[in-house]
Amino acid sequence: MVTGAQLEVSGLTKRFGGLVAVKDMALRVGAGEILGLIGPNGSGKSTVMKLIMGIERPDAGSVRVNGVEVAGWPSHKIARMGAGIIFQHSRPLHRQTVLENIMLALLPDQLMRLFADPNTEARARVIAARVGLDAVLDRRPATLPFADLRKIEIAKAIARDPKVLLIDEPFAGLTSTETAAFSELICELRDDGRAVLLVDHNVKSVARLVDRVLAMYVGERIAEGTADEVMRNETVRRVYLGGSIETAARPEATFRDSDTPFLAVDNVSVFYGKAQALENVSIHIHAREFVSVVGLNGAGKTTLFNAISGLLPYTGDIRRQGASLRGRTPAAIARHGIVQCPEGRELFTDMTVRENLDLGGQHLSDAERAEQIEWLFDLFPILRDRHKQAAGTLSGGEQQMLTIARALMMKPKLLILDEPTLGLAPVILEQISKTLEKLRKTTAITVLLGEQNVTFALPHADRVYVLEHARIVWEGEPARFAAEAGTGYL
Amino acid sequence: MGGLSTRRVLLIAFGVIVLAAFLPLGVSGYILGLLTIAYYFGVFAMAWDLLFGFAGEVNFGPTFLIGTGAYTAGILDNLYQPPIWLCLIAGALAAVAGGVVLALPALRVRGPYFGLTTLVAVLMLQNFIVVDASLTGGEIGLTVPDVMTISDAKNYEIALWFMAVSGAILFALSRSPVGLILQASGQDTMQAGALGFNVVKHKLAAFIISAFFSGLAGAMLVFYFGSASVGTLVDITVGVQIIIAAVLGGRRTILGAVLGSVFLIVMSELLRPLGDLSNFVVFAMALIVVLVFPNGLLGMLTRTKDNV
Repeated sequence: MVTGAQLEVSGLTKRFGGLVAVKDMALRVGAGEILGLIGPNGSGKSTVMKLIMGIERPDAGSVRVNGVEVAGWPSHKIARMGAGIIFQHSRPLHRQTVLENIMLALLPDQLMRLFADPNTEARARVIAARVGLDAVLDRRPATLPFADLRKIEIAKAIARDPKVLLIDEPFAGLTSTETAAFSELICELRDDGRAVLLVDHNVKSVARLVDRVLAMYVGERIAEGTADEVMRNETVRRVYLGGSIETAARPEATFRDSDTPFLAVDNVSVFYGKAQALENVSIHIHAREFVSVVGLNGAGKTTLFNAISGLLPYTGDIRRQGASLRGRTPAAIARHGIVQCPEGRELFTDMTVRENLDLGGQHLSDAERAEQIEWLFDLFPILRDRHKQAAGTLSGGEQQMLTIARALMMKPKLLILDEPTLGLAPVILEQISKTLEKLRKTTAITVLLGEQNVTFALPHADRVYVLEHARIVWEGEPARFAAEAGTGYL
Repeated sequence: MGGLSTRRVLLIAFGVIVLAAFLPLGVSGYILGLLTIAYYFGVFAMAWDLLFGFAGEVNFGPTFLIGTGAYTAGILDNLYQPPIWLCLIAGALAAVAGGVVLALPALRVRGPYFGLTTLVAVLMLQNFIVVDASLTGGEIGLTVPDVMTISDAKNYEIALWFMAVSGAILFALSRSPVGLILQASGQDTMQAGALGFNVVKHKLAAFIISAFFSGLAGAMLVFYFGSASVGTLVDITVGVQIIIAAVLGGRRTILGAVLGSVFLIVMSELLRPLGDLSNFVVFAMALIVVLVFPNGLLGMLTRTKDNV
């Protein structure tokens, strides 16, 4: 046992089936210290957090909270050892008031406690005042703004008086003033002598708060040090910015329809309840163009694609070749050639590869369908070998290929790919990358790609948009990306 | 705001019970009999709401607990004729034991499987009763030598006060710190665990309490009817009626379940002239209430501005 380290993790490993989500992780957070754990989507950082808290069981390794080995314990026992967590999504009790929600966290885990300790309410009030909820104590959570809901979660965590506090994406969905107030709260918690682990996507969002940063990529630690050191680290830069990338952009003027683009998204805003997911986003895509939208998890990529596909209500306008798509059903939009490969893949896992493809080609005549499938089997030879296998038994990479192939069965004019690289190994990425290259060169298809993996998003793109906190913050050629938008992305 | 309306509901509930206690002075034995059954059903539905509304577990087998309690009490009385109160206690304890045996493995499985497990338990109990006819009376039913009383009015008062006390206990429990933890466990298991609460322990406790009241009410019903049968106490449709009563009355309200039970039983009786159609009409009405007022009858009455 190392003195001073409130949280000490070593050799931590977790497998999900064949996928190694976390491999031999090690980290230490001392009392009164904030460690930032960063990594792109799918890097395993959330899994590390869940393993520490006992929400997932580690396959191997050690987790010490306050010097006590807790690996493999159920989470309520780990919580009692002094670990606490603030989840990204808050789900308070909706029938109870804010005060009652905080009181919940102060209750002991006892069955015979039919009357709360009379001090509980007073203590809850003190905590509420500390996080700035004192004005809304008697309100119900549903009537509160998003930032207040996050404050309830912080209040609950403080109520358990944890020695080790894990915070998942502390600033997601908050405005800059709210972020500042939150940062201050987190610093106060550190100054109380707690060990704080902040989990987020990039260094930038946590740089001002953390004492040290640890960067992860596909389940492994790739760098550790001060925020500056990690930002300068070669491996980190390659993971986030793609190092030196060959780009093959075609200038925008070469696309014939430059006056009326194939798809125009005009001033589109989307709200989820109280959180704004898109703010006045405008993008356009010409016929045959390959456009990448780069953005971290939660930036709004999926929301943008779902708005285009007609799956979400939005303000503003989306036009296909000049005609507004407002009021069209998702099915009509897809039939008219705007086809999305969703992030979750959404394959029919119990059906075979062939059946999945046949379903995608429902509207085609038998001859056309057979021809299309032949073409796709040439594009993805592995799918030909696996055509009788159930989709659920394919590897992640093969499933992604099948998802793309199924979308192509619909003969789309515009193919929307939402994070096709999610959770895939680099070697698979290369295969998919080559397929996209082939598609771009040999077909008239238009592609809109959403990615946080820059290495994957830039090489084929003609134009790149950067989406950050619901807004488009940069637009340009891929070659200029690293120089102009890179630092904001690290 | 919410606290005020709760107090008002409790006051009204108390007033209604006092009024109901004077009913035997003015109404016929027939109506008293109807309400007696409705009150026992109310206990079934309240016990079910503790599991569904608070622990978040859909128990499709309330009649497994009721049936275990009822048949244990009935068989005991048939075999040894001990005092009735002893039979009642034995029935309640048997239901608790059955509930623990069922819940321990069932609470470890996730999602719809808990519900399925409870459903299968009812079918198994039903089968056991039918097959072991020499002990249970089989499909014909079990006749017990004793009843609590033959007076309609006394039976009515027993049912009323039993319901009132059960309701008071279950309601107090739902508003206690334990009830709060239970709700948190039901809504977000992961977070409840991370806050240091042993979710399985709390849900198991809720199941035991639910089983106790279900079994006790089931056993009492046997000594009201003087008999027990699969069709009145164990069948899946009886369980469905209990569930409808609880949802109709208002999920997460405990007291609403009584309202739903009285509504269901009185309506079926009022509509009896319609013959086979009566059940159809009652269920259609229940469906409309649930669709239009998802918070149920009580939720509809106590709706406040900020209650979403």
